[in-house]
Amino acid sequence: MFGSINTSMILAILPEIMLFILAGFVFVFDLVWDDSQRRNLGWISAGGFSLIIMISLMLGTPGSDSGLVWGGMLRHDWLGFAFKMLFLFGATITALFAMDVEDLGKKGEFYLLLIFSTLGMTLMASSSNLIMLYLSIEATSLPLYILAGFFKDDDKSTEAGFKYFLFGAMASAIMLYGFSLLYGFSGTTDLDAIAGVIKTGGMNPVLLVGTLLMILVGFGFKISAVPFHFWAPDVYEGAPTVVAGFLSTASKAAGFTVLIRVLLTSYAPASDTWMMVLAIISTLTMTLGNTLALAQKNIKRLLAYSSIAHAGYILIGVVAISELGITGSIFYIIVYLITNLAAFGIVSVVGRITGSDEISAYDGLSRRSPWLGLAMLVVFLSLAGMPPFGGFIVKVLVLASAVKAKLFWLAFVGILNSIIGLYYYLIVLKHVYLYRSENEQVEIPVTRPYAIGLIVLTIGIILLGVVISPWFNVSTIAAKVLF
Amino acid sequence: MQFPVISVIVFTPIITSLLLLIMPGNRKTEIRVTSLGAAALDLSLSIWLYFSYNVSAGGYQFVEQYNWLPQFGISYHVGVDGLNTPLVLLTGVVMFTGVLISWGVDDRPREFFAFLFILATGVFGVFVSLDLFMLFFFYEIAVFPMYLLISTWGWKVTREYAAMKLTLYLFIGSVVALIGALAMYFNSGLGSFDLITLETANFSVGFQRFWFPFVFIGFAVLGGLFPFHNWSPDGHVAAPTAVSMFHAGVLMKLGAFASLRIGIMLLPEGAKFWMPTIILLTLVNVVYGAFIASVQTDFKYVVGFSSVSHMGLVAMGFATLNREGLIGSGVQMFSHGVMTALFFAVVGMIYDRAHTRQIPELGGFAKKMPLVAVAFIVGGLVSMGMPGFSGFVAEFPIFMGVWEFKPWIAIVGAISIVITASYIIRIISSVFFGKMPESYADHITDVKVLDKVALIFLSVLLIVIGVFPSIMVPMVESGVENILRLLGGA
Repeated sequence: MFGSINTSMILAILPEIMLFILAGFVFVFDLVWDDSQRRNLGWISAGGFSLIIMISLMLGTPGSDSGLVWGGMLRHDWLGFAFKMLFLFGATITALFAMDVEDLGKKGEFYLLLIFSTLGMTLMASSSNLIMLYLSIEATSLPLYILAGFFKDDDKSTEAGFKYFLFGAMASAIMLYGFSLLYGFSGTTDLDAIAGVIKTGGMNPVLLVGTLLMILVGFGFKISAVPFHFWAPDVYEGAPTVVAGFLSTASKAAGFTVLIRVLLTSYAPASDTWMMVLAIISTLTMTLGNTLALAQKNIKRLLAYSSIAHAGYILIGVVAISELGITGSIFYIIVYLITNLAAFGIVSVVGRITGSDEISAYDGLSRRSPWLGLAMLVVFLSLAGMPPFGGFIVKVLVLASAVKAKLFWLAFVGILNSIIGLYYYLIVLKHVYLYRSENEQVEIPVTRPYAIGLIVLTIGIILLGVVISPWFNVSTIAAKVLF
Repeated sequence: MQFPVISVIVFTPIITSLLLLIMPGNRKTEIRVTSLGAAALDLSLSIWLYFSYNVSAGGYQFVEQYNWLPQFGISYHVGVDGLNTPLVLLTGVVMFTGVLISWGVDDRPREFFAFLFILATGVFGVFVSLDLFMLFFFYEIAVFPMYLLISTWGWKVTREYAAMKLTLYLFIGSVVALIGALAMYFNSGLGSFDLITLETANFSVGFQRFWFPFVFIGFAVLGGLFPFHNWSPDGHVAAPTAVSMFHAGVLMKLGAFASLRIGIMLLPEGAKFWMPTIILLTLVNVVYGAFIASVQTDFKYVVGFSSVSHMGLVAMGFATLNREGLIGSGVQMFSHGVMTALFFAVVGMIYDRAHTRQIPELGGFAKKMPLVAVAFIVGGLVSMGMPGFSGFVAEFPIFMGVWEFKPWIAIVGAISIVITASYIIRIISSVFFGKMPESYADHITDVKVLDKVALIFLSVLLIVIGVFPSIMVPMVESGVENILRLLGGA
């Protein structure tokens, strides 16, 4: 079916192959090592992920052709490649942050599940066929369901895993039904060929919208867009903090890649139809996420609602349906991934010592640990969209794309929401800088993996906001694929 | 290549703040000395810049331009003209005196000075930027440290409320203006955020009239324009002394300046259309602000509302769109900045000793700290627009400009001078003279040497500008020429 296998086909799935090899290493060392050494599996995973990034950047960058490989199942293009690197980076940091988590950092199965889930995501980013798309989404989700419920003895974690699974299975069933209808009426599973059918008017408009909505259920679940967001706060709260961080960043980014790819290739001829739908989803997502975040007392729930709101901002760029818009969205996803990973990293560090995820546990943090306080400041101001951090430029870019598309109302919804956002982010910073607590003298130790991860992320946030040009270029190259 | 003096001025504070953050927090003296050194460096560079600016040549000087995001038409582009050179000097002055006055901050001085310096970088950056994106970038850098400075080191009673109110007001203003700026960018079709390029964009009249209020008012929120001035007195009162000085002295000018640079200079037709409305709003600012100030019993609130009133004059001068008004406003920004910094410094010194700011509970301070009293009187005379002080040089042309527009507005506006005189004299008589209450009379000491240096420096500046207006007015005038050209000689 594939004809002869050539180098370009191998290079296209280089990251996937290496992830498989990495999984083998982790598996073997997990068997060989005893409990005292197993923490090093984290170093192996993190080192492995970053090695894969480096090798892929050297050997596996896509060429200028359409890059359709493996019988049209996968597409080796910049959109997919950029996101693959992003997922691998997210996985690197997650592996680092997991190492010192009790009951999790010394378990080989955690790292294996993380690797397999990342493998699924990399395939998601490059799928160009409905079947491949569905399989890769499932390959991503199944390990994540287990990871969310990783603490078997903890009721909240079990609940989180189960809830995530039920919602996910439901959403994925509806999406699969949408896929099958789409196949049934267009006669093809190839994303580009579907676009051809729609363009020639080969599909009934009602069916077109119907399949679109069903597919959006599945994607909406992945990116936690309203009204498919209900799982997010409970799952983030219950799941191990590192897993919540991974869910809210890499997994969400993976959802966005397939959303962007399917909407802008298969459904591109019908963009007038879905633009309004997506604009409304974006508005609801931003507004509901931000409004509910105001009332939160638990930092993980607050971050969950904030991450819902950010999905809404990212959608603004998609709604604009322009190269600038997609560039803005992709750049936004990069910044968001790095920022939110850092946020959950800090929550994990603080949670280990204080044993609490309440916002009040952050009282006096800047006195207890000035560096952690400063990292928190950088992260939350970036989330609020303040310069010189990454959050500012991407906010400007998505708003710019809305203004360019003459969607002024959407731009104003966006800025009103960013004001609400600023309010609750500042409340958290007030706990960090202003409030006093009784155990101010108790320092918060930051172990080496956390320190490395947080330093890389914090510097990354500042670099993204100040040295804009290279990131903008990468995002533009990735966005150009679709236009 | 010439020495990049502007970049050095802009980035010295933020680099210093990074340095401070890596110093150990308990080495308080070293932290203060480092801060003072950086502030002195910036002050001397801004003085040098001020005197090296070639007034007869005019235009933008000391320009530096580097690509930042060329794909999107964003560059790092800085330069000074006759309007912003005095403001750079003002920032240098307030930064230096602010550090002197804050010598006594004892709770985490490292973080305090670091945030104050991040704020300073933002302020310098806005004043010198010739790129629209860059202006927003620095504008928002200047907003967020305020929140932490006020909420953490401010007056315990209202700090949380005031800090949040201030930050949200300013943020709302800036994001609304941002949408306007983006609309300008796309409508111009030039693919550039460069201010000098955008000046040539020839936006349609309808476009200018529609977007002018967004941009102008978005920034004017920070300038304290009525009815969006409400954050300002609360913010001033809650802030620690150095931050109040920065805030009223420099930050409010930031709003006024940006609404001039972006609003009036890029959308001149919009400015002409909206000008009567804005003059009326500023008239309310001027008179109502002065009136509210005169009925306050809290010393710091008096100064806070007096800022609202004086900043109203700045916006009023802008809105006249004629030579006299614009020149007056240009000088007023500098004069009011120095004056209000002086006022807040005095208020801070008195509060630190008496632990109250209620005017009826104060009295007799002239005997204990004569220099402070003299400095306050100098500031007061400036505030009343007395000839021989900088306030006169600034306010007189503004009223002349307003008279050209509508004499009755100038007459009503001038009432504010009388009201100002009334509350200034009331403060002088009841705070500095009269009898000191016995409850704290025995433990009041004179201010420290550093405080005296700061006060003398500020007072001398006010008098020098008043006696020799020629060191500032021609410079401002050269900047105003450019605006008049954009307005088409109106």
